[in-house]
Amino acid sequence: MGEAIVITSGKGGVGKTTTSANIGAALALSGKKVCLVDTDIGLRNLDVVMGLENRIIFDLVDVVEGACRLEQALITDKRFETLSLLPAAQTRDKSAITPNQMKKLVTDLKTDFDYVIIDCPAGIEQGFKNAIAGANRAIVVTTPDTSAVRDADRIIGLLEKEKVGTPKLLINRIRPQMVKNGEMLEVDEIVNVLAIDLIGIVPDDESIIRSANRGEPVVMKHDSPASLAYRNVARRILGDSVPLMNLNQQTGIFSKVKKWFGMG
Amino acid sequence: MTTTRHKVTIKGTKDGLVFFMDDTCSFDELIQDLRNKVENSHQQILTGPLIRVTVNLGYRYLTDEQEQQIRGIIRKRGNLVIKEFVSEVISREQAYLEQLASQIRLEVGTVRSGQVLEHQGDLLLMGDVNPGGCIQSTGSIFVLGSLRGTARAGMDGNEDAIVAASQLLPTQLRIADVISRPTEEWLDQTTGMEFAYLKDGVMNIDKINRLHRIRPEWKK
Repeated sequence: MGEAIVITSGKGGVGKTTTSANIGAALALSGKKVCLVDTDIGLRNLDVVMGLENRIIFDLVDVVEGACRLEQALITDKRFETLSLLPAAQTRDKSAITPNQMKKLVTDLKTDFDYVIIDCPAGIEQGFKNAIAGANRAIVVTTPDTSAVRDADRIIGLLEKEKVGTPKLLINRIRPQMVKNGEMLEVDEIVNVLAIDLIGIVPDDESIIRSANRGEPVVMKHDSPASLAYRNVARRILGDSVPLMNLNQQTGIFSKVKKWFGMG
Repeated sequence: MTTTRHKVTIKGTKDGLVFFMDDTCSFDELIQDLRNKVENSHQQILTGPLIRVTVNLGYRYLTDEQEQQIRGIIRKRGNLVIKEFVSEVISREQAYLEQLASQIRLEVGTVRSGQVLEHQGDLLLMGDVNPGGCIQSTGSIFVLGSLRGTARAGMDGNEDAIVAASQLLPTQLRIADVISRPTEEWLDQTTGMEFAYLKDGVMNIDKINRLHRIRPEWKK
């Protein structure tokens, strides 16, 4: 029996889909059988980020309505044998499925996969309720913005009410320089307010945008800082204890020279 | 011939009249005797200048309708003004509410955005109130943690209520009907536990160790 993890945030655009794709891919890289489930019915993106859009034949709603078998709708990733995607329907809306149907679907998936990663839509309405219905635990994604933290707090409250394990926090898109200048919320500050455990911090990284547009998860690229951050998150999900990344690492000759002179 | 005991006994005190109501007879008998006394006898007492009346019910519990009925009869005498009803008994519900109001309620946890923690009486929260969260009570509010959200004390209009927090950094504070937002000067001195209180209808902030001077009556 596998484990279902919902990736949620409340606020839109903080990186739920990117996080789902990368955590899924990173878990698959470590040899686990992983299924990604896109519950953003009507506004699906996960297939695009994974570069699997052109392979969709059936979708989540088809499975729930009995138009096809579950195995028919699952798309195997072109890079990893062990990674599958269950895409959302694009022509329907969130009310096409119910939390109970979702719970049954996730239970079915958990018998075949080690991890079921559920990509949750933004908001706290039907789509959110569907997404968390079958989840064993939750990862709350936020960015270091006051509004995103506020929404994350709301979501944590709802998750606690629905008894979806103890949510873990992932802080995305940190800009070390802005934090240093006091223009962006610090990690400690956010953790202090939200009062839940941190599962990872991910720096703002241009390679994420490049990868998403090309349809391949950034964890495939080993040289980017965001890639390392997501692989660390995956290791923590697997139970390893990995220290948090140092975001203030400076690279390049100039900064090394500065360091010699004690200016770094 | 039967001798009927008086169901209603009227006595004069220096604060006005006290109507002692028999609590062993039926309500109908009581009403009958009251009507009889007010309308027919005791004319010398029941006329003249305004007199304040206390209705002592003993161990009888009155419903709202019954109370109105008694008020109606006494009010027929223009010079009688009802000061209060005194009774040795209260309903279970009222007893429960009074019990709640007299004791401090202990809560544990974080009040997150969108959540409301409500109580009748004094409330002690061990945890934080986050921005967008709300904590409210009819009495005072004490937060052992950071108060970053909204707090509303003395909701029924109790102006003596206070809001205290280990870290008082609220989005908004309300005590009784006074609403206040933290100003710059509040946020300067964030060392140690502070509390908000009303003085002459204006919200003030002070350190917790000065509470005994501001509310000396709370000191037992």
